[in-house]
Amino acid sequence: MFDSLSDRFEGIFTRLRSRGKLTEKDIDEIAREIRLALLEADVNVRVVKALIARIKERANGAEVAKSLSPAQQVIKIVHEELVATLGGDARKLSVNPKPPTVVLLAGLQGSGKTTAAAKLARWLERDGKRPLLVGADLQRPAAVEQLKVLGERVGVPVSSTGSDPVEVARNGIDEAIRLGRNFVIVDTAGRLQIDVELMDELRAIRDAVNPDDSLLVVDAMTGQEAVNVAEAFAETVDLTGIVLTKLDGDARGGAALSVKEVTGRPIMFAGVGEKLEDFEPFYPDRMASRILGMGDVLTLIEKAEQAFDAEQAAVATEKLRQGEFTLQDFLEQMRQMRKMGPLQNLVAMLPGVPKELRNADVDEGELARIEAIICSMTMEERSNPTVINGSRRIRIAQGSGTTTQDVNQLLKQFKQVSQMMKQFSRVNKKGKRKLTGLPPGFDPSALGGPGGLKL
Amino acid sequence: MSESLAPIVLIGIFVLAAFLLVLPRIVRSREASRDGGATAAPSRPSTPPPLAEAAPAAATTEVPPELVEEIESIEVVEEAPPDEPPRLRDRIGKTRASFAGLLGVLRRGGKIDAAAWDELEEALLLADVGMTTTQSVVDGVKARAAAAGADADADALPDLLRAEITERLEATATDRSLHHAAEGPTVWLMVGVNGVGKTTTTAKIAKREIADGNKVLLAAADTFRAAAADQLAKWADRLGCALVRGQDGGDPGAVVFDAMDAATARRTDVVIVDTAGRLHTKVNLMRELEKLKRIVERTPGALQEVLLVLDASTGQNGLTQAREFAGAVDITGVVLTKLDGTAKGGVVLAIEDEFQVPVKLVGLGEGADDLVPFDPAEFAAALVE
Ligand SMILES: Nc1nc2c(ncn2[C@@H]2O[C@H](COP(=O)(O)OP(=O)(O)OP(=O)(O)O)[C@@H](O)[C@H]2O)c(=O)[nH]1
Ligand SMILES: Nc1nc2c(ncn2[C@@H]2O[C@H](COP(=O)(O)OP(=O)(O)OP(=O)(O)O)[C@@H](O)[C@H]2O)c(=O)[nH]1
Ligand SMILES: [Mg+2]
Ligand SMILES: [Mg+2]
Repeated sequence: MFDSLSDRFEGIFTRLRSRGKLTEKDIDEIAREIRLALLEADVNVRVVKALIARIKERANGAEVAKSLSPAQQVIKIVHEELVATLGGDARKLSVNPKPPTVVLLAGLQGSGKTTAAAKLARWLERDGKRPLLVGADLQRPAAVEQLKVLGERVGVPVSSTGSDPVEVARNGIDEAIRLGRNFVIVDTAGRLQIDVELMDELRAIRDAVNPDDSLLVVDAMTGQEAVNVAEAFAETVDLTGIVLTKLDGDARGGAALSVKEVTGRPIMFAGVGEKLEDFEPFYPDRMASRILGMGDVLTLIEKAEQAFDAEQAAVATEKLRQGEFTLQDFLEQMRQMRKMGPLQNLVAMLPGVPKELRNADVDEGELARIEAIICSMTMEERSNPTVINGSRRIRIAQGSGTTTQDVNQLLKQFKQVSQMMKQFSRVNKKGKRKLTGLPPGFDPSALGGPGGLKL
Repeated sequence: MSESLAPIVLIGIFVLAAFLLVLPRIVRSREASRDGGATAAPSRPSTPPPLAEAAPAAATTEVPPELVEEIESIEVVEEAPPDEPPRLRDRIGKTRASFAGLLGVLRRGGKIDAAAWDELEEALLLADVGMTTTQSVVDGVKARAAAAGADADADALPDLLRAEITERLEATATDRSLHHAAEGPTVWLMVGVNGVGKTTTTAKIAKREIADGNKVLLAAADTFRAAAADQLAKWADRLGCALVRGQDGGDPGAVVFDAMDAATARRTDVVIVDTAGRLHTKVNLMRELEKLKRIVERTPGALQEVLLVLDASTGQNGLTQAREFAGAVDITGVVLTKLDGTAKGGVVLAIEDEFQVPVKLVGLGEGADDLVPFDPAEFAAALVE
């Protein structure tokens, strides 16, 4: 279902090439594909319309058809438009010259407010600030306990005294002044934007603490509803920013676009996990790629820079191009790659990977087995697998706790895969083809395994 | 250009290479486990028995005696006849954008024209039905309009749509009840991504079962999230039912293990297991869930429902959630929560279509009474309204 945009354009532009000129009809057709891609990513229907109008205008003006690669050209325009929409004026949290600075968190039930409050506290603490957490959710069972546990974990005091949320919030400010804390983060109960009573309560909390920043916490898995939520909260408490949570999943996150478009408020932070350190600034360009199903190449590069030894990697790449890539090289690179995190997450960041592969369950244990098999080989065997005869196979299997069948299969697959990768790397060297997909002619069913891939 | 691309190319190559190497093996082992899994005992030679399953039901459990007392007294006390259960129609968000209002053709009057079909498509998309299912629903309505005569009036559109959606849903399942074991304890396992309403729904279902005269035990198998067990404990306290909990950060398997023991020992009718929220992309967490399920399955016939809790505001990711949870723990039903908001929860149409898993219950608020059975006709009406 989640074909990347470039695949979608393929058909349109092949026809186009023979004509060399974009007609109105072509543009409409392209627009339709963009619309589909955005809708599948949960961008709100109305927001899609506005975006398409802007994109069409730009595509019309630009010399798309004459460019060498019109598909890439259009994708670039779409991508740029999304980045522009998502980004805009990036800004940091305000700091009140007269402390404490107050940050108010609000949002739907279960969106991640309490977790975000603790993450933000940790973030500020690391930035040399002295935050205080205020638990103003007196509604959900054990909400304050939850915040207290989290506060303890990050070493930030939690205040929650008073009989109603407004009083608790006000007391929190007093407590901060007493304790000399210069930031106050107010966690509120989850509420539906149509719940008049609770929205009034939120306004009352706002009036009581006069926040410097009011942040809406939005779940990245939210669908069309995101615009209604954002509009209502923006109206109630004059939002100044947005926190997008649960981005560690595989939701395309079109809600980010919707929320940004209707509120005009910047998305300031991203929640990328349940742990309190899983919190980062929001990167519009990554989000744009993600919404378009283009993978998260930038994150991948960042991770790679930390994990890989550049020189060794360069040597390995050259070997790959020359077709001299050995099992030993593979072992070394694989070990570095595993430092980057679970393989499945990495694959999800690659652009243009078919969804069958993207969604396949990856068993990290299999990687360990492969590693064990290679480790049971001698250096000679690793660089020249053809010497591996029957008795060597048995030895390798025994040494790695696998079967000769496993060893056979690894050898066979390695041959196929390295062949394919060689081809792939050559294509890239010529610079003609960006990494927007698997090598031409890639056919997963050609791989070993009984009956090929049935996913 | 090619310089700056080098790292991407390189990483891409290695990631893919490693991936392609493991892939055929995964397919193979999956097939093997499916074949074997259908008939064989839960013990698989390839997977060593998890530690917790072997661990004795021990000190980690804490069943507050006063709760056990309470449940005994409840059995004697005549339950007041439950209040009228809330109805979907009365409880869905009052100010939700009117679906019919989106269909300009209703205002224009006259026949259903091409623009009307576009409007219908857009309205369905706005309800999170998703492109694929939307197109199929629109086709279905078109067929109905044709059958009603080539000159179907625009006025008929809402009815045609309602009928189409109702029949689709009815085709998935006729039985949307939660099943009880013929004998011995019944176990229902609550699963889902983070923050959707698993714990609250656990409490809501417990309340209903208690009202039906069943002896209920709640298992707080979320040992991970801060104060998750406290949250469920508060509910158990309010409802007056027993609770089994473990140490914070402890093994959820041990909690389930103990809950199963306690259920048998105390002749509990229904055990509801509240699990930690987990994103379906987290391989290890999904495996942990499989393990919890296996522990329940050691008591033959006990596991009757694995319920995927889904937030009505979820977009197309709901489909992926259903696919992954179904693949890991064979979900038997869906609970659609937070339908008291303005979100329409249309993704369940796609889920039922694609996976044939019925929605069984609907959450309509944060209170213990805010739960109703899922009714296809009512849901269709609420969607089209
Ligand atoms: N995977 C993941 N889970 C998250 C993230 N942020 C929060 N969560 C989880 O989402 C669930 C809900 O988070 P909470 O912080 O309790 O949400 P809340 O908005 O305070 O919820 P209410 O107070 O009940 O309205 C918890 O299980 C969190 O661990 C995130 O970035 N990634
Ligand atoms: N309006 C409304 N809120 C609900 C409903 N069901 C649950 N909630 C709220 O949603 C929030 C999250 O509910 P929980 O039951 O804690 O969700 P969970 O799935 O157990 O969350 P984790 O364990 O953190 O993954 C809470 O604030 C609940 O009160 C519902 O049907 N309607
Ligand atoms: Mg909270
Ligand atoms: Mg919970």
